[in-house]
Amino acid sequence: MFPASFEYVRAHTTDEAFAALQQHGFDGRVLAGGQSLIPAMRYRLARPAVLVDINPIKDLEFLKEENGFLRIGATTRDAALEFAPWILQRYSLITAVSKVVADPIVRHMGTVVGSVCHNDPAGDWTATSLASRAVMVVRGKNGLREVPIDEFLVDSYTTAVEEGEMALELKIPIPDAHTQGSYQKIERKVGDYATCAAAVQISLNADGTIRQAGIAITAAGPIAMRVAAAEAMLVGQKPSLELIKAAAAEAPKIASPNADQRGSSEYKKDMTRVLVGRGITEALQRLGVNA
Amino acid sequence: MNEIPVSIKINGKQVTASVESRTLLVHFIREQAELTGTHVGCDSSSCGVCTVLLDGDKPVKSCTMFAVMAHGHEITTVESLAPGGVLHPLQQAFWDQHGLQCGYCTPGMLMTSVALLKHNPNPTEHEIREGLSGNLCRCTGYNNIVKSIQQAAGVMSQAIPAAADD
Amino acid sequence: MTAPTTEKFAMGKSMKRKEDPRFLQGKGNYIDDINLKGQLYMALVHSPYPHANIKGIDSSAAMKVEGAVACVTSKELNAYNVGWLPTFHGLDKQMVLADGKVLYQYQEVAACYAETREAAYDMAELVEVDYEPLEVVNNPFKAMKDDVILRPDRENKTNHIYNWNVGDSSATDAALAASDHVVKQHVVFPRCHAAPLEPCGCIAEFDTMGRLQFYVTSQAPHVYRTALFLVLGIPEDKIHVISPDLGGGFGNKVPVYPGYVCAIAGALVLKRPVKWIETRTENLTSSFARDYHMDIEIGASNDGKLTALKVNTVADHGAFDAAADPSKYPAGMFGIVSGSYDFPVAYANLDAYFTNKQPGGVAYRCSFRVTEASYLIERAMDIVADELKMDPTELRRKNFIRKDQFPYKSPLNFTYDSGDYEHTMDVALERIGYKQLLKEQAEKRAKGELMGIGISTFTEVTGAGPSKHFDILGIKMFDGAEIRIHPSGAGIIRTGSKSQGQGHETTWAQIVAEELGLDPQNFLVEEGDTDTAPYGLGTYASRSTPVAGGALALAARKIREKARKIAAHVLEVDERDLEWKDYKFEVMGAPGKSITMKEIAFAAYTNPGDNEPGLEATLYYDPPNMVFPHGTYVAVVDVDRETGETKVRRFLAIDDAGTIINPMIVEGQVHGGLTEGFAIAFMQEIAYDEAGNNLATNFTDYLVPTSLESPSWETGHTVTPSPHHPIGAKSVGESPNVGSPAAFVNAVIDALSPLGVRHIDMPLTREKVWAAIRAAEGQAAD
Repeated sequence: MFPASFEYVRAHTTDEAFAALQQHGFDGRVLAGGQSLIPAMRYRLARPAVLVDINPIKDLEFLKEENGFLRIGATTRDAALEFAPWILQRYSLITAVSKVVADPIVRHMGTVVGSVCHNDPAGDWTATSLASRAVMVVRGKNGLREVPIDEFLVDSYTTAVEEGEMALELKIPIPDAHTQGSYQKIERKVGDYATCAAAVQISLNADGTIRQAGIAITAAGPIAMRVAAAEAMLVGQKPSLELIKAAAAEAPKIASPNADQRGSSEYKKDMTRVLVGRGITEALQRLGVNA
Repeated sequence: MNEIPVSIKINGKQVTASVESRTLLVHFIREQAELTGTHVGCDSSSCGVCTVLLDGDKPVKSCTMFAVMAHGHEITTVESLAPGGVLHPLQQAFWDQHGLQCGYCTPGMLMTSVALLKHNPNPTEHEIREGLSGNLCRCTGYNNIVKSIQQAAGVMSQAIPAAADD
Repeated sequence: MTAPTTEKFAMGKSMKRKEDPRFLQGKGNYIDDINLKGQLYMALVHSPYPHANIKGIDSSAAMKVEGAVACVTSKELNAYNVGWLPTFHGLDKQMVLADGKVLYQYQEVAACYAETREAAYDMAELVEVDYEPLEVVNNPFKAMKDDVILRPDRENKTNHIYNWNVGDSSATDAALAASDHVVKQHVVFPRCHAAPLEPCGCIAEFDTMGRLQFYVTSQAPHVYRTALFLVLGIPEDKIHVISPDLGGGFGNKVPVYPGYVCAIAGALVLKRPVKWIETRTENLTSSFARDYHMDIEIGASNDGKLTALKVNTVADHGAFDAAADPSKYPAGMFGIVSGSYDFPVAYANLDAYFTNKQPGGVAYRCSFRVTEASYLIERAMDIVADELKMDPTELRRKNFIRKDQFPYKSPLNFTYDSGDYEHTMDVALERIGYKQLLKEQAEKRAKGELMGIGISTFTEVTGAGPSKHFDILGIKMFDGAEIRIHPSGAGIIRTGSKSQGQGHETTWAQIVAEELGLDPQNFLVEEGDTDTAPYGLGTYASRSTPVAGGALALAARKIREKARKIAAHVLEVDERDLEWKDYKFEVMGAPGKSITMKEIAFAAYTNPGDNEPGLEATLYYDPPNMVFPHGTYVAVVDVDRETGETKVRRFLAIDDAGTIINPMIVEGQVHGGLTEGFAIAFMQEIAYDEAGNNLATNFTDYLVPTSLESPSWETGHTVTPSPHHPIGAKSVGESPNVGSPAAFVNAVIDALSPLGVRHIDMPLTREKVWAAIRAAEGQAAD
């Protein structure tokens, strides 16, 4: 299939892009990697009147650590994370997810920020952002604002980015030496959306108790969801098999997945339990704890 | 019609044309540059038969990019691999190891493999299978494609130190 | 008799493929690579409804699109009398564009022609169709009630299309009644699709002479030419069909699709070439394979001897009976359902129905319903073994047709040519280490782990076929071959077959080179052009090597006989004194005195003596029987108890395809077929919801496995030549797809058998396996 006609705006600076988005309002849409948008346009499921191409904006392509955050620019590709050796060494959750987003070719164009802004119910980066407590930097009429991920993800395909605004970067707190993560994903084949997936990040105190837990599930409801009850259950506790089992059991309680070709609601709910359990177990193993 | 001038360096040659903004990169390559080795197999960015290299080493699906997005960039297609008819070690290996049957996925497979070996000159079987997992093949069952890449990796890693000795 | 030459000249060698250099350099010539001057592009309007009356079609908005040229509906087609197409076996006809109603979702409703491809799709989006939705019949069990008649255009006002049966019903019932055990199982082979990576497409042009130049993705170009004559009434000399390089076919490129007729009609009326290339959605929604709902009953004695086989099948044919089967075999070769086993009696019965689904019933790497049959019997054998508490290999061993029983007349009317089933199974069990695996499995089971071993010892029937039984549109299923040897000993080979990636440019050269002692590198193989290739029924149903391959060998032998005369002239001896030995003609009793085929070829043009000059032959081969390849496949799987995920740890395929032409190509064919079988077993289904919506209309929902999911394949072979085929070859392209689904499913069920799971229908998705485990554990807990 072939997309419907649209007006193309090539932006070379963030100012240009922002001006174009302000001008076109709801008719305008940011074109970053385009890996979700272009197929949707080819099926004419999406038909934006104006596309504002931010790819030429060099200032938005960065991946760096600064002030305690990993900063990922709006045009930074998934592959940039996948192939950065220092990410591999220190970011176990991001390393894991960066190898299972879409497929290896798509990851060379697809962007992390674009994926979070797309807010697909089965997104991988949204769940990862929740587990790692990321913050999105958004440019609006009143300048820049930082939106915590829990507030950023509003509803399926809807975020805190308002009409005429654009997201500039995703900031992920740098994990310390006592923090590890895991990404558990069931997909029917590479390139498929998740049947169910869980992002987990655990930090330990010096005494071996859990200091912080980030647990999120995706493809389990209208948007990726934080399993807050499981997080609360873990914090302050010494890891044990029973604890992991109990925390994992919280996931299906909040999951409300749709039945589709990937599985029934019952199956997907049960998989949130299995994958959260496996994620916690693996993150702990990476911390040297075999529960 | 909403036509925009687009200029892309394809296999070292600048190709300039005015095209509709909705023109997919793959159609620019096939119709404006008249290089038909890059194919189309789906509408959902699933099959990878349209894979080309962006700016030298990034494999991308040219049917999931608008031609306008490649303006000012370099694109490398399968037609560039055998200058003067001398097969690239990957092409030779696909031939030797029967890594192709109908040939439709082959150009995409080759371009992905070129990038794969650039990033990882000595991949394990699992790394090869992971690296190819954005490209579908219906004919070969992948066994011989994996073998082809292993052969090429061997040949190419031997070739590099030899060249360094010169 | 001369001593056989041990070292073959060209046969049996892993010769690298001659077609590869062009494919490797992006120089293949596929349908979308062809463009004709002044061509228009065509896009089709498809129905969003599975069943609806069409109250009106308004193309006025579409015609306002910049670049719009024309929009055609059934009204215009009917005016030219091309509104309907005959189906392959001639028992039904099919709408080209919806004529008053639509019968399935995505049915073609209108054709839009425009100056650019984009404009054609813009037009298609703007054609307004007024639909009046009707009740949907989404499965054959609903169809058989005849509450809603889907095809009032037909004489018989029923959704029942036909009944087909073979075997002895009453003797089978009696034998079952007398059996110690009767095992029954309902087994579904789901609807799936061949999905080659290149979709179908065509370009139609009427040239300055008024001749139709029709470039099309066809596995059977000659059949297309004759079909177009029948549909359009154009004399056959005014039709030139050219099938270029095909990006896979697997059966999908056998049917004549409505889009082709629309393109030709457009070219005729608009007097410009028309190009149409399917979208992936169009590819996946215009035809299908399988969709058999089967009930099997097998009788067995206490000691594991099979006594009787009975199969009842309900077939879902969709909206039109467009199954691509030989005329006299509406259910194809389903009679192979007795498999590799010596059943004293058997009976198979089948009823086919119309439903509101895409039409078809074409193959998916399968010789006319052999896959359904083989899957059913191999699945059922494991259930019988389970019931009798026997090892599945022992049950098979006990009931195999023995080597000395060939030619074997099956109770379902096939005469199997040759086979050595026990030997092939032994080779496979030895290589996979069956005993060791059983030991490992016992240890794993003790720990609660789910490991399974699945066996399939299938027999196929391919190579349709002998003219007394097989025809399509009345044309007998022979194949033609033409060989011309040039003065230098090079040559050109043409056949009516059409490679879709199987490597005919290489293997055909090997066959001819072997017969003539000439260099296979110096043969050009040309297929797919109806002006130059001899008539043939095309490539599908594993018939190329059995039929066209036979034609080639015999045509080459015809050349050899002429060459003998020329050799006799050149050597000045009587031709009866010459023998063909070590790839040259030698004077008997004078070992040094000989002449090579290359020398003879030169002489044929320079010094033929009294013989007719030249060295060429054309031959049409009508095979005396089908061929019956077989094999033993073994799958070893591990099932994740929590997620239902199956990991195929090992898969070994030992095939017996008779004489092997090119081992490298055979192995490649097996790898590809196994991967397609794996896909069918675990992930592929054209599913419909209750409302008749098609749920698998692109590659995000109709799944093709990637390199990461696909197992690493192990292969091997035994060789039992076909006694009647000119070079003893059978076929192999489809065997892995036919034989492997049962091995995969048997392995998973074997893994789950400690829980009491007996059967799960394909595809064995994680969820289905998970649900079976949960149900079994629930029962155990009760």
